Amino acid sequence: MKHHKRPGRGTGAVAATLACLLLASCSAGSTATGGSAGKNSLNIGLTAEPANFDFTKTEGAAIPQALLYNVYETLVKLDQSGKIRPQLATSWSLSKDRRTYTFHLVKNATFSNGARFTAEDAKFSIERVTTDWTLVQKTQMDVVDTVRAVSPTELKVTLKRPSNDWLYRMTTRIGAMFSRTGVSKLATEPVGTGPYVVKNWNRGDSITLARRHGYWARTPHFASVTLKYFKDPTAMNNALLTGTINVIGQMQSPESLYRFQNNSKYKVIEGTTNGEVVLSLNNGSGPMKNPKARQAVRYAIDHKALMDTCWAGRGKLIGSMVPPTDPWYQNLTDLYPYDRDKAKKLVEESGEAGRTLRLRIPTLPYATACGTVVKSQLEQAGFKVKLDQLEFPAAWLTTVFKNADYDMSIIGHVEPRDMQTVFGNEKSYIRYDNPEFRALLAKADQGTREQQITDMRAAARLVSKDAAADWLFLLPNLMVADKDITGLPVNSVSESLDLTGLGRS
Amino acid sequence: MIVRLVQRIGILLASLVVSSVLVFAFMAVLPGDPARVALGTSASDSAVAQLREQFGLDRSLVAQYFSWIHGLVTFDPGDSYISHAPIGPQLADRLQVTLWLVGTGMVIACVLALPVGTLMAVRHRKPSGLILSALSQVGVAVPAFLAGILLITVFAVGLGWLPANGWTPPVQDPVLFLKQLVMPALSLGIVQAAVLTRYVRSAVLDVLREDYLRTARAKGLRPTRALLRHGLRNAAVPVVTVLALQLATLLVGSVVIERVFVIPGLGSLLLDSVANRDLIVVQDVVMIIAMAVLLVNFLVDMVYLLIDPRLRGGAS
Repeated sequence: MKHHKRPGRGTGAVAATLACLLLASCSAGSTATGGSAGKNSLNIGLTAEPANFDFTKTEGAAIPQALLYNVYETLVKLDQSGKIRPQLATSWSLSKDRRTYTFHLVKNATFSNGARFTAEDAKFSIERVTTDWTLVQKTQMDVVDTVRAVSPTELKVTLKRPSNDWLYRMTTRIGAMFSRTGVSKLATEPVGTGPYVVKNWNRGDSITLARRHGYWARTPHFASVTLKYFKDPTAMNNALLTGTINVIGQMQSPESLYRFQNNSKYKVIEGTTNGEVVLSLNNGSGPMKNPKARQAVRYAIDHKALMDTCWAGRGKLIGSMVPPTDPWYQNLTDLYPYDRDKAKKLVEESGEAGRTLRLRIPTLPYATACGTVVKSQLEQAGFKVKLDQLEFPAAWLTTVFKNADYDMSIIGHVEPRDMQTVFGNEKSYIRYDNPEFRALLAKADQGTREQQITDMRAAARLVSKDAAADWLFLLPNLMVADKDITGLPVNSVSESLDLTGLGRS
Repeated sequence: MIVRLVQRIGILLASLVVSSVLVFAFMAVLPGDPARVALGTSASDSAVAQLREQFGLDRSLVAQYFSWIHGLVTFDPGDSYISHAPIGPQLADRLQVTLWLVGTGMVIACVLALPVGTLMAVRHRKPSGLILSALSQVGVAVPAFLAGILLITVFAVGLGWLPANGWTPPVQDPVLFLKQLVMPALSLGIVQAAVLTRYVRSAVLDVLREDYLRTARAKGLRPTRALLRHGLRNAAVPVVTVLALQLATLLVGSVVIERVFVIPGLGSLLLDSVANRDLIVVQDVVMIIAMAVLLVNFLVDMVYLLIDPRLRGGAS
């Protein structure tokens, strides 16, 4: 019997598979992750990836974080100290009746599609907010009565009533300037006047912004900036440690800061944000409708211990809905200082001791970290608490945010100056309904700057005194970067991760 | 042979139809309205209703099912609910990344497991065989993601030899591509190798006890030669079956490994789309994975025919 040596069929199959893979790889070109960045480029690690590029129709902080001030510009811009500064408007003036703003626009700005930026584009962009946007923020434009392009470089905006808030909102995404010929594919091809254009988007991985030729103002230092998105905080830390990224834009695991703090290769930046981590209480129904029960909750929480446990002691205790970078900030933590005995007494007086509180938290790092601490602190004060984790965003948004089917929740409200949207609307999920509070906000908006500050302070105190919610802490702006990176913002005051001022020493 | 082939193709098609119905049904009962999630917290009910109409979510489930299948069959699955970008190119792109990962993982598993498993069987009573056997048990117990984290800690963060995570297409930078591929492929491959080794060992052990092998030895062949010539092909049938099952495990395992190593493959796409309730993408990804598994099983049946001539006799 003669044995023929046959080629192994198994080997053949493996070889065929490999051949397929090799063929496939030829076109596997569009999913790339930049390696270590060169001198002229920068890789920044971030957490939430935009779902698309259209922030006129898509909620969330991720899109303006990447695009605002970098790809899109506004007439006026917010600086690090929270002051409003010129951008596409070189100057502006306010009429005596405080209703008409006259903006003088820059002459030489162009959009990335080649079109010139004129007052007509500004008019188009402002009017478009009311007609085409779908976000809740669009209502901030309702106060606008008429918009007139007096000349290519002069724009007059008349408001229905005086509004301090309107000019501030023009520094946010609703103030972004769009080209009249560049809004057909906002979700995939953004067109702005900014120093950067979107060069490449590898979905699920990174967005690369490239410096634009012919930008009207000072060219930014980095020719190319890649925003790389990490779901896992440890993976992001490792990426910086191994040189894949140069900056951790948002540190999501403050307990691991020690890996960078004692290392001369890195610098750690710690400041404040607009992100109030709120223990939301359902003021509309259930046990938390009872003011005494809400007050008991506020006395029952030991904020210092909580922040130490769940966010490694990083952050700031504020006691209200106002971060320190707003002009009307005041420390209100002493309104309800931690007092367990008082909390216990209030729980008994409220008559809610026997009812089970549904603490329904989203699956977000700070919420899951704080949820168990809140539960145990409340139970020590005599509450019964049931902790549910709801998948974020889908399940949490539907159950808590839309249907208000909850008693308590924990969520970071990261939008700037959001006291109005969260507490000034009785239909918001917190269901806080206080006409006096709303009157104060309205007065603050129309008055002079001094009146605005006084009234906003009064409003913040009122909502805190009513125990409409509990403010656990303010999220810190924690960044870690290679030592030579300059220009990183200490405080995160705007919706944008402003790349224009970054450099390398 | 032909009868058997037609039979198998029939089974493949039927399984594809059944799995597509299952995938679609599971997506339909998932809580969370995709239109609401796409528009966010603040959208008015009318805006949500409008978007539902635009996506076709207001149609009957049967109509939605058939339009989905039509999209898949014509290779035009439409646009994502969330990103508004066409899904087809995205799927193709992600699939290639995952194929690299799974393919390399599989090769590593085979290259390690076939010789080691055979060695373990041949030396199953000797200390070296026992040690290998114990090591493979440890490998079976370690999940791939843990292997991944350990590899990162040692070789990326500790020694700094390899990048901790990321992905670069081979055409762009072949060296970086290989560097980034090593650890994820190893984490998938080593664990699968451990499992596979156990099967190779027992398959070879079974064969070693067969009469035909004793006959071959009696003819004067040395043990190794006898095994290589007469044993391995017989041992291959059960091993190929396990390989097919493992390919499915690898595809699913890559979901976790892609997350650990920040690789933009099919698995990351699946997780992100689930979180965003981008149901149309979830549906497509799950269907692709199901198709891949069914296809592999089909191919394995074909491979049986190649390995074992006795099976070629048809339905008889």
